[in-house]
Amino acid sequence: MSDIASRVKAIIVDKLGVDETEVTLEASFTNDLGADSLDTVELIMEFEKEFNIAIPDDQAENIGTVGDAISYIGENAK
Amino acid sequence: MEFRRVVVTGLGTINPIGNSVAEYWENLKNGVSGSEMITHFDASKFKTQFACEVKNFEPNDHFDRKEVRKLDLYAQYALVAAKQAVEDSKLDLEAEDLTKAGVIWGSGIGGIKTFLDEVTGYANGDGTPRFSPFFIPKMISDIAAGHISMKYGFQGINYGTVSACASSSHAMIDAMNYIRMGKANIFITGGSEASINEAGVGGFNSMQAMSTNNAEYKTASRPFCNTRDGFVMGEGGGCLILEEYEHAKKRGAKIYAEIVGGGMSGDAYHLTATHPEGRGAINAMKMALEDANLKPEDIDYVNVHGTSTPVGDIPETKALQAVFGEHAYELNISATKSMTGHLLGAAGSVEAIACILALNNQLVPPTINFTVADPNIDERLNLTFHKAQKREIRAALSNTFGFGGHNASVIFKSFIE
Repeated sequence: MSDIASRVKAIIVDKLGVDETEVTLEASFTNDLGADSLDTVELIMEFEKEFNIAIPDDQAENIGTVGDAISYIGENAK
Repeated sequence: MEFRRVVVTGLGTINPIGNSVAEYWENLKNGVSGSEMITHFDASKFKTQFACEVKNFEPNDHFDRKEVRKLDLYAQYALVAAKQAVEDSKLDLEAEDLTKAGVIWGSGIGGIKTFLDEVTGYANGDGTPRFSPFFIPKMISDIAAGHISMKYGFQGINYGTVSACASSSHAMIDAMNYIRMGKANIFITGGSEASINEAGVGGFNSMQAMSTNNAEYKTASRPFCNTRDGFVMGEGGGCLILEEYEHAKKRGAKIYAEIVGGGMSGDAYHLTATHPEGRGAINAMKMALEDANLKPEDIDYVNVHGTSTPVGDIPETKALQAVFGEHAYELNISATKSMTGHLLGAAGSVEAIACILALNNQLVPPTINFTVADPNIDERLNLTFHKAQKREIRAALSNTFGFGGHNASVIFKSFIE
């Protein structure tokens, strides 16, 4: 697992209080991991902080799964 | 309009001298002080370094990790107290019309720790706003009522009351009135507060409202004593289940007491000082008696606001004498803040529970830590010093007064069918 993937998963485990085994690439934050709209905003903010990037709102809307987050950050992190 | 009767059918509390109603009463009747040196934060640079903290509270024993992050401590105390009270009431939530079940919850400040942490985080950053999306919904002082309603599915009347140290008394009075009027059958009501942190202690210190008697922290909350120098901050929550009498009777509920009257007034005088002759307190108590259809002679016990501030305790005794006249000398009066400290917005709820337990046990909890009489307080008043006193108690009145001049008095009566 890449460094980005493991850091992303660690944030999700911490913020959503889910088990690491549930955090698969296909897992949807809202449908599979129990996140509500505020949780999702918080996740995005944590990704921004962890990877020192800014994720515009219109891009954030497209990040719905663990895999989406990992690939977005992989493409945009400095 | 004929008012419906309202009874108390469940109690719950987490406070500095008890994490359950039974433990609270045990320590109340035995005169135990809840004051200790502050552990919640490093208070070494603060004028006041002690408080009445809740003991042995581990949030993870009550909430899962995800929930804890979304709940300010004040809301955690609310949910813990509410859970005890709902369980105690043995309400069958499946069988209830939950649109007639409401929540009115008081907190003077709400999530002040959340505010402190979020603003500190911003101030220490580079100016980029990185406020948590949970900042506002964790902080606001109505959110406890929201959380409780979500937990139990209560879809009736729902809001928070804010009137500083009278907040939870206003909550109970509102809840009583809505049941009386038929707008609801059941309420989860009460209040909670959690402001023993840098902002809360520092803020009240600057107002010179709190005791700074660090050397004698254990006995610093000493209402009516001539050496008192301010209140001692407490924290926690108190919850009452109020229920329409016929509704409670029909389901065979245990009835602790009847809530029979509430009085509310404004001092219209000063930001923080009570009116020197206790004019607001007088009006609140008179209104409560009238509301309860009781005469002053019908009251046997008064749980005073009595915070142990030099300026607050005297006007309250004057007000008692103005309202009760000669009967003031027949009353048992006690300030249980001498044991619990001052729970601010939650004070009314935990002191209401003290009144109810006093009625149930026919025992008046004491005012502890008294040593020297104050010449401005009539020594013929029975302020129940040192030890609990056994006596007949038919009805008990609880006073709470908040900064801003908000006064609320609530009367509980032994239940007689």
